Amino acid sequence: MEYAIELKGITKSFGPVAANKNINLSLAKGEILALLGENGSGKTTLMNMLSGIYMPDSGSIFIDGKKVSINSPEDSGKLGIGMVHQHFKLVERFTALENIRIGMRDEGRFMHGADVRKKIEDTAEKFGFDIDLDKVVSNMAVSEKQTLEILKVLCYGAKIIILDEPTAVLTVQEIDRLFDVLRKMREEGHSIIIITHKLNEVMAISDRVAVLRHGEYIDTVVTKETNEKALTELMVGRKIELNIDRPVMEKTHPLLEIRDLTVKNDEGVIAVDHINFYIRGGEMLGVAGIAGSGQKELCEAIAGLRKIEDGQMIHEGESIVGMSPKKILEHGISMSFIPEDRLGMGLAPSLSITDNMILKNYNESKGIFVDRKTASEEAQKVIDRLEVVTPSTETPVRRLSGGNVQKVLLGREIKSGPNVLITAYPVRGLDINSSYTIYNILNEQKEKGVGILFVGEDLDVMLALCDKIMVICHGKLQGVVNSNHTTKEELGLMMTGTINIVNKDGKTDGIAKDSAFTDEEGNA
Amino acid sequence: MLEVFTLFLFNIIVYNIPLLYGTTGEIMIEKSGSLNLGVEGTMAIGAVAGYLVGVKADNLFVAVLVSFIASGLVGLLFSFLTVTLQANQNVTGLTITTFGVAFYYFIGNALANSEGGWPRMNGTKLAEQSQALEIPGLSKIPFIGEALFSHGILVYLGVIIAILMWLYFNKTVPGLKLRAIGENPGAADSLGVNVTFYKYAHIIAGSGIMGIGGLYMGLNMGGTFEGSNCWINGYGWISIALVIFANWSPAKALLGTLVFGFFNTLRVQNAALAYAFPNALGWLTKIPSHFFSALPFIITLIVLIASSLSSKKKSGEPQAIGRNYYREDR
Repeated sequence: MEYAIELKGITKSFGPVAANKNINLSLAKGEILALLGENGSGKTTLMNMLSGIYMPDSGSIFIDGKKVSINSPEDSGKLGIGMVHQHFKLVERFTALENIRIGMRDEGRFMHGADVRKKIEDTAEKFGFDIDLDKVVSNMAVSEKQTLEILKVLCYGAKIIILDEPTAVLTVQEIDRLFDVLRKMREEGHSIIIITHKLNEVMAISDRVAVLRHGEYIDTVVTKETNEKALTELMVGRKIELNIDRPVMEKTHPLLEIRDLTVKNDEGVIAVDHINFYIRGGEMLGVAGIAGSGQKELCEAIAGLRKIEDGQMIHEGESIVGMSPKKILEHGISMSFIPEDRLGMGLAPSLSITDNMILKNYNESKGIFVDRKTASEEAQKVIDRLEVVTPSTETPVRRLSGGNVQKVLLGREIKSGPNVLITAYPVRGLDINSSYTIYNILNEQKEKGVGILFVGEDLDVMLALCDKIMVICHGKLQGVVNSNHTTKEELGLMMTGTINIVNKDGKTDGIAKDSAFTDEEGNA
Repeated sequence: MLEVFTLFLFNIIVYNIPLLYGTTGEIMIEKSGSLNLGVEGTMAIGAVAGYLVGVKADNLFVAVLVSFIASGLVGLLFSFLTVTLQANQNVTGLTITTFGVAFYYFIGNALANSEGGWPRMNGTKLAEQSQALEIPGLSKIPFIGEALFSHGILVYLGVIIAILMWLYFNKTVPGLKLRAIGENPGAADSLGVNVTFYKYAHIIAGSGIMGIGGLYMGLNMGGTFEGSNCWINGYGWISIALVIFANWSPAKALLGTLVFGFFNTLRVQNAALAYAFPNALGWLTKIPSHFFSALPFIITLIVLIASSLSSKKKSGEPQAIGRNYYREDR
């Protein structure tokens, strides 16, 4: 077989942590290779050595059979390697055209010399991209940004294309379209490495699968000759059950009740439109909806981070409208939100895990001094309990891989012992093992009688995990359904606004029979 | 009547062109994502070095070249500290200002107390070359011709630099790459742009431009050294604020210079205005002169408040400004 890339004995360490240990990997010409591994198994680090962001400590890289050394992204580009990073490398203020123009080498020094636009349009057409070259990146949807990233590397003539978790931010339809593009690229003779956690995608798109575990190379298998279960075992290193538990609990009274909630987004447009719902103790309520349907605004409103326009929010019989976030937290409502870029919210990246623990409970310590000892013990507990991979409790959070950051965040929220837990996209971008750890934590909380609001993306997971699912579309409630009596298809139709079952057949969706609201309040 | 206005307009330009140099120089640096608070010091060093060598060589061109190089070296120091050693940009900039102004006084006082004394430019070729050049034709336009087209060569140079810089940012690929670095150095780096080289080159060039502005101030003062008053006199600081006013555009920096220059000129000209129009502007004499001296700084404050209140106005601000870039950082 002819190889586009061969890696031999690649090792890379960050301080005391070895991210890659003696890795051997090969990519054949014209194939799609899936790179599989848990969070923190060193996939991104390995790929960054191909794109010139990092340099290997030892080992050698062969491109097209020739030994090369890649010292900078420029070297990498000249060798025909193009990488689509997980966190897009785009200049937000520039148009698509300008973004592509930055990296073009042979078109002279003036911006619009030598038919730049024509060249880009030709490439876009060849691969069937539909893109507005004059659109400013900050106005683009996530999928458009990704299209731009892929078009960019194709315009630079890359023959080897690396995609780092390209599907994590896409919808099902967008993923299908992406895979069509990838297959087209393969037909054109490109070699592709794709990093993903989702096994069904690995099975659907790849020719071979390479597996990493804890920074070490495990094996490469032919996709056709394997299955999801075998891959999981290779990845995790032990047998793992792929079923999600859903403990059935005795439900208590409604802990949190939301009536007629209306919230505006940052642009002043109504994002949450007169929504009613409630959460009982021991119940997990899923929130399904297309990205940007008001999930973020809903979570922020409940946590007291966003002003509400209209409506009532009652927690254990007391209105929390207008309370400060700190008050709401003390009241027993805890929120963790994982944004699309997974880095943003909730943690201070440069502070250590311990310090991030202190951020939440600084007011519990007596006097003016910070109680580091307790915080450090708590950090250690979270690390042990959630299997966070970190050199120590004093490691800055930004040094951890994405999944570990999420574990720290969730661990801290649970630690304060809330009775309502709001969690948005807690498994976003996480590998299977970490995802299951998170599901177990949530179920454990549920068994303790905590009411959980689970804002999620993956309908299969939500159907398996949540007791009930409420669907929103453009900020409007489309109905609340019991997970046992619905299907993925029905949810999908509700998400797009095709069907609305609110108050159908005399039901009163989102309003508890034993509501703590008095009639006047309920009508207000 | 008209003469007062012409003189007013003339003075706006003569006294405030250094602001244009300072502002365009700082814009170039900030576009590369670095915030250099050392404008005042950089200008002071360029001024004193350019002037002293220029007087010795008795040539304006040499003076300009030396002030560009001297201030460029200060820029090199800033680049080395912040780009290579990743030092804090604010602290480094402030240090450069402290150092540069102190350097000015140190050299100045040492020379003034020495045997030969501080070199003067009266009657030298340097003074001759700094004289106003009347642009044929244009300077004969009534009313504004004399005010706009009868200046020393450095005035024209400052305007040309501003225009060229605008073209460079908006019409050329290196300019595009520079702006990309200021917005998102990681993105530029991943596309093979040499971030370190671009930062060094533009910090040095921007600092050099500031230096010429400093030299201009010295020449405009007739090259006299006063032990208690620095030539730069706070213009470096105003330049930093003007960058925000100009929304990081060299073209708008021209406009900003005129607006600031108006208030600045009011300081020197208010008595003349009051004398020429006793009825309409006579009240100007009732305002204490200290108020006019403080006016440019008060305006600076107001501009900063106004532009911070409106989010749209800062649309030109490089997103990555003030943060050092380290490729392997996550």
